[in-house]
Amino acid sequence: MKLQTTQETELVQIGVGRDEATGAISVPIYPSATYRHPAPGESTGYDYTRSGNPTRQTLEEGLAHLEGGSRALAFASGMAALTTFFLHFSSGDHIIVSEDLYGGTYRVLDQIFADFGLRASYVDTTSSVHVAKAIGPNTRALLVETPGNPLLGVADLDQLGQLCRSRNLLFAVDNTFMTPILQRPFEFGADVVLHSGTKYLGGHSDLCSGVLVTREQQLGERFYFLQNSTGAVLPPQDSWLLIRSLKTLPLRMERHCQNAARIAAWLESHPAVVQVYYPGLPSHPGHQLTRRQCKGFGGMISFRVATPAHARQVLERLRLISFAESLGGVESLMTLPAVQTHGDIPRQDRERLGICESLLRLSVGIETVDDIIADLDQALS
Amino acid sequence: MSDRNYRPATLLVHQGRDRDPATGASAIPIYQASTYHHQGGEPGEYDYARCGNPSRDQVEEAIALLEGGVRGFAFASGMAATGSALSLLQSGDHLLASHDLYGGSWRYLTGVLPQQGITVDFVDTTDPDKVAAAITPRTRALFLETPSNPLFQITDLRAMVAIAKQHQLLTLLDNTFMTPLLQHPLALGIDVAIHSGTKFLGGHSDLLAGLVTTADPDLAKRIKYFQNAFGAVLAPFDCFLLARGIKTLKLRLAAAEQNAGELAQRLSEHPAVAQVLYPGLAGFPGREQHFAQAEGPGAIISFELKENEQVKALLNGARLPIVAPSLGGVETILTHCWSMSHAAVPAAEKRAIGIRPTLLRISVGIEDIEDIWEDLSRALG
Repeated sequence: MKLQTTQETELVQIGVGRDEATGAISVPIYPSATYRHPAPGESTGYDYTRSGNPTRQTLEEGLAHLEGGSRALAFASGMAALTTFFLHFSSGDHIIVSEDLYGGTYRVLDQIFADFGLRASYVDTTSSVHVAKAIGPNTRALLVETPGNPLLGVADLDQLGQLCRSRNLLFAVDNTFMTPILQRPFEFGADVVLHSGTKYLGGHSDLCSGVLVTREQQLGERFYFLQNSTGAVLPPQDSWLLIRSLKTLPLRMERHCQNAARIAAWLESHPAVVQVYYPGLPSHPGHQLTRRQCKGFGGMISFRVATPAHARQVLERLRLISFAESLGGVESLMTLPAVQTHGDIPRQDRERLGICESLLRLSVGIETVDDIIADLDQALS
Repeated sequence: MSDRNYRPATLLVHQGRDRDPATGASAIPIYQASTYHHQGGEPGEYDYARCGNPSRDQVEEAIALLEGGVRGFAFASGMAATGSALSLLQSGDHLLASHDLYGGSWRYLTGVLPQQGITVDFVDTTDPDKVAAAITPRTRALFLETPSNPLFQITDLRAMVAIAKQHQLLTLLDNTFMTPLLQHPLALGIDVAIHSGTKFLGGHSDLLAGLVTTADPDLAKRIKYFQNAFGAVLAPFDCFLLARGIKTLKLRLAAAEQNAGELAQRLSEHPAVAQVLYPGLAGFPGREQHFAQAEGPGAIISFELKENEQVKALLNGARLPIVAPSLGGVETILTHCWSMSHAAVPAAEKRAIGIRPTLLRISVGIEDIEDIWEDLSRALG
């Protein structure tokens, strides 16, 4: 089927009619570990499931298309995708990473890849001047999370893309918070886009997955080599579940954005809330930039209350909202970044960034917004 | 986090039990167990998976919450749900049913019930006088569909409930087309609501399921007995998928309904189209009655083409929709009622009801409406 279609239509149609033998609407789950060869030296195109699986391939083709890249690879977790990305580099290489980033990325760089000789600098990527200053002779890549986690600082993708081109750096963007529905990093010159597919792409807090997409086919081949060699692939069952999730991604993102906008404004006017971090608020320093480079402001909000004790009280009192790590699900989740998602970042660094124990992060779900606000209201009071 | 006061979008996301009490897991575990250890020889809450399974409990509680029932029941298919609910009748009883019914229900009523000594008559339930006139001393129940499938005949549910009360009849309604979001049969006094969960509730054309609920504790007890005795229960994995589908029901249905409204209008202006049946259209005959008991027109449209050749051309030429029986998925599904959904109904019966070979039914998906329309209008010529 080669109709000119829009993103919503393409997402719904991922895998539809793929099984030509039966016409099954849903792509089959192929639990097969291996494939029978027609003859010595011949292949059906599938040899061994780590190297390729029809269900995973359907997902990967859909994801590549969704991001506007040429090759996508699906992994067993977001960290597996990031790890495979870091495996691209060699001992002695240096990379620059957003300082406002997921704690797990920090952990794998600081505690594992550092031992392999890959050096990382953590930089405020909301300033391209700071990024430029951090570039050294061995710098090979820039990995940006935008908006940042948990403080939602916004990096200028256009400026950073130009900088990476002029300094010959690989430009990678973790697009987990925004998804391709709201932000398309390849349009700003990114070479690689990464996702924790566990979050908005999966969207139901019921699977763990990671995604790596490349703009160019050749770089895609390199990462496929690494994926196949190290093997942290997404299993067929979860590949299928993630395809299912993608079908409702535009609807979910639209509602996440609507609900978050209402809640951010409500939090900002609440007397117990000291500060609200949400790119959709005109008071947010990245507001105008987000308007330029994104189609929406996303569903993630961080906010600060007066004391750590009050933050803990909020978490204890929540009834509708779950106190849990993770984000991007249909259900609202709240976390205490300093203890949970960012616990692996040294205390000193956390505090310098402003990730203290009175900072709460809210992943706004698709519930009726008044129900979420009512829960926040009773928990804050 | 069960709370009946939550608004529909919140109830859909959180359902009866959305967290595993033992671990706090954000999704209820899939309990792939056929039996349960009897501690000290005594049965606990669960003893054998046909009788009860925690994964199934979740969807059963969800449908009860959504429809306002005391208890819900999940079955392996819509027909398993209908059949099990109709087991409330016994030999010697007489059943009155809407004459325009889903073909599978028609087959059950004409092929299976008579074998159990239950007689069935079909009546035009859009006319309460005809219903009252068809009641015999042995009549025990009314089996209704509104809007009917595929002719969109609208039955006055309050009038049916009044007649049923007067004659002490049980009322059963197949609410599949409307879902619990658009029509609330139990609140209108209907005794038993039935759903093919395969359709909008599951929503992704990737599972089979049936659901039943009632507000009457005695009926619930009997349905529970039949569910357990017949054993056509929904398997744990499909319970999980169905519960997952229900979480996005409001978003999917709203998007599909919006598309359907637009498509119905455009179809009604198309020269190849003889007639469009959709409650959302201004000239639709049952419109007033429909909106007296339902909150929206739904996302399914039936339409009649002028010539048989046009039907062939459309079914061959349409590339975007799935040409298949079934409905309620994220994908647009085009059904030729004569040969697909109502294949079980003999030709003469079909003609008598008003189902002609030129009749098509379209279940409008959540793709971009312009993509749907471009494809259909091209195929219509």
